[in-house]
Amino acid sequence: MSAATAPAPVLDLRQVTKVYGEGETAVHALRGVTLTVERGDYVAIMGASGSGKSTLMNIVGCLDVPTSGTYLLDGIDVRVLNENQLALVRNRKVGFVFQAFNLIPRMTALANVELPLAYGGMKPAERRRRALAALELVGLADRVGHHPNQLSGGQQQRVAVARAIVTSPALLLADEPTGALDTASGQEVMRIFDRLSASGRTIVLITHEPDIAAHAKRVIRLMDGRIVEDTRRSPVAGPPPLLTEVTS
Amino acid sequence: MTAVEILRFALRGLSANKLRSALTTLGILIGVAAVILLVAVGEGSSQRIRENIQRLGANTLTVMPSTTGGGGVVARLLVGGRRGGERSGPRTQAKDLTLQDARALADPTRAPSVKSVSPVVTAQGQTATYEGASHTIGQLVGTYPSYFAASNKPVAKGTYFFNDDVLAARKVIVIGQTVAENLFGTVDPIGKQITVSGVPFTVVGVLKESGSSGFDDADDVAIAPLSAVQQSLTGFGPLGQIIVQAKSADAVDSAQQEITQVLNERHGITDGASADYRILNQATLQETVNEATNTFTVLLAAVAAISLIVGGIGITNIMLVTVTERTREIGIRKAIGAPNRAILGQFLAEATVLSLLGGLLGVAVAVIGAQFTIAGVKPVIVPASIVLALGVSVAIGLFFGAYPAGRAARLRPIEALRFE
Repeated sequence: MSAATAPAPVLDLRQVTKVYGEGETAVHALRGVTLTVERGDYVAIMGASGSGKSTLMNIVGCLDVPTSGTYLLDGIDVRVLNENQLALVRNRKVGFVFQAFNLIPRMTALANVELPLAYGGMKPAERRRRALAALELVGLADRVGHHPNQLSGGQQQRVAVARAIVTSPALLLADEPTGALDTASGQEVMRIFDRLSASGRTIVLITHEPDIAAHAKRVIRLMDGRIVEDTRRSPVAGPPPLLTEVTS
Repeated sequence: MTAVEILRFALRGLSANKLRSALTTLGILIGVAAVILLVAVGEGSSQRIRENIQRLGANTLTVMPSTTGGGGVVARLLVGGRRGGERSGPRTQAKDLTLQDARALADPTRAPSVKSVSPVVTAQGQTATYEGASHTIGQLVGTYPSYFAASNKPVAKGTYFFNDDVLAARKVIVIGQTVAENLFGTVDPIGKQITVSGVPFTVVGVLKESGSSGFDDADDVAIAPLSAVQQSLTGFGPLGQIIVQAKSADAVDSAQQEITQVLNERHGITDGASADYRILNQATLQETVNEATNTFTVLLAAVAAISLIVGGIGITNIMLVTVTERTREIGIRKAIGAPNRAILGQFLAEATVLSLLGGLLGVAVAVIGAQFTIAGVKPVIVPASIVLALGVSVAIGLFFGAYPAGRAARLRPIEALRFE
């Protein structure tokens, strides 16, 4: 890509609305959200419950489609895709980290991390190499053969992070990643996010904790389905604000 | 996703709930085993019946008196006797089969298709003794030498008796294996004298073992000249039956027609009156029996097929439970990019593995079960039934797994993820 034309933003939402139900009982979860996230940015989306942040996350993660407005993910218009194409986009472009870890039980950490690559159609040997590298990155190289129920919460969440990044997605989407963890494990996971951000990954973090949001370069506040605040705390190109503090 | 991986996911899913998987498999196992085993029992019994018929002898027709012919059952009941002298109606009186009938059938001009005619009288429950040993002979047959060839009873030791013996009413006897063992044990019976109901007979031959099956022992017989048996044991009454051997397999039907003609004439049976004898044609008998056993086999298979369907419904049921239980897992898989067909494949594979496993175990059980005799029948496994049952079990897995798997594939990821 030449320096003259800026690369397409990872996220490009224009006047996105989401309405559940119809008529009298219609619930307006999103009332026109316009948001652009550049490559390499580290964004925290904050808001009280009912502010529409879960809906926004579902739309951003291609689990749901907006009622109106346009949404381009890495330059792809998501609204025109069918179900299988959406699955492919989720597989290639988005890495999910959930609050409840959402690892598949009875599968080893390695198998869990390999799963997105398997659905992507990658050869077993290559898949294994990449999954091991991802697990190494989150510091779990010695736990690859463990099942989720043999891992602590923090370790499970790190496996989940490894699973999210193993496909090298355009966007890492984390929904309250520390919500089910104690402070120490939470810090551990956030350190991984900071490192990933420093290495150039695009991260969108959904949280209601200011401590967690403080890790991001940019904080967006949602209220009643609208963006009410958008603060940049450090430049897109630079390291995340808390990285130095952590590594020192 | 390769097929191997889909299979591995399926096995992992099934092993998560071993007892449940085992019980579901059991349903298919019972179905498949029942199909194969019941078809095997049907086949075994039909084979046995065919063997029994074949043992009657090749190309033979058996003529025997009919109880429904002649004066009719009602008339006979009214006069109170089988051979009542009084005429009870306009219809002809039932006549017994006589030695003259047999001689008429042997006439080469009237019955050119007939090779030999053997009149037969039988005496049942005759006690034979030899030096203190005693045995009740199941069937003592008095007949002509042609009987041995016609009824397929070759001699293993010694000789047959001959026409001379019949003419002279010599007290010679050919005994079956069972009789020989019971009376003589290890002693060579040839030339020894046995006593049958007080009458001495000389043993001249021992029949080849024909193998007993089921309830009647085909080796518990003794065969003596007709005249000797009539003289000393049964008296000169009517014949029990006449065994007619046709010249060839093709001549059996024409022989039957000739016999009918001759006997109708001799017994005065005109059109419309029912005959007072019956002709048992081995070929038609075999056909009838084959038809009956086929119906029987199909019926058994149908009953077994129902149990297979019940097993299939068990699979649907358990797969629905599995899909509901694993809704969240399905949501996770979809969120990380599993296409619908991968989810469909996973659950279809689980259902098919369940039913195929049940099928294979069912085949094993059936093969083991077929080693035992069931209800007096040695089952004979029909290879086609194994292939069919296995194929059907796979088809059942696909068919009955399709609905639950489709349901899993159609789940919407956000709703599935929200499921607790």
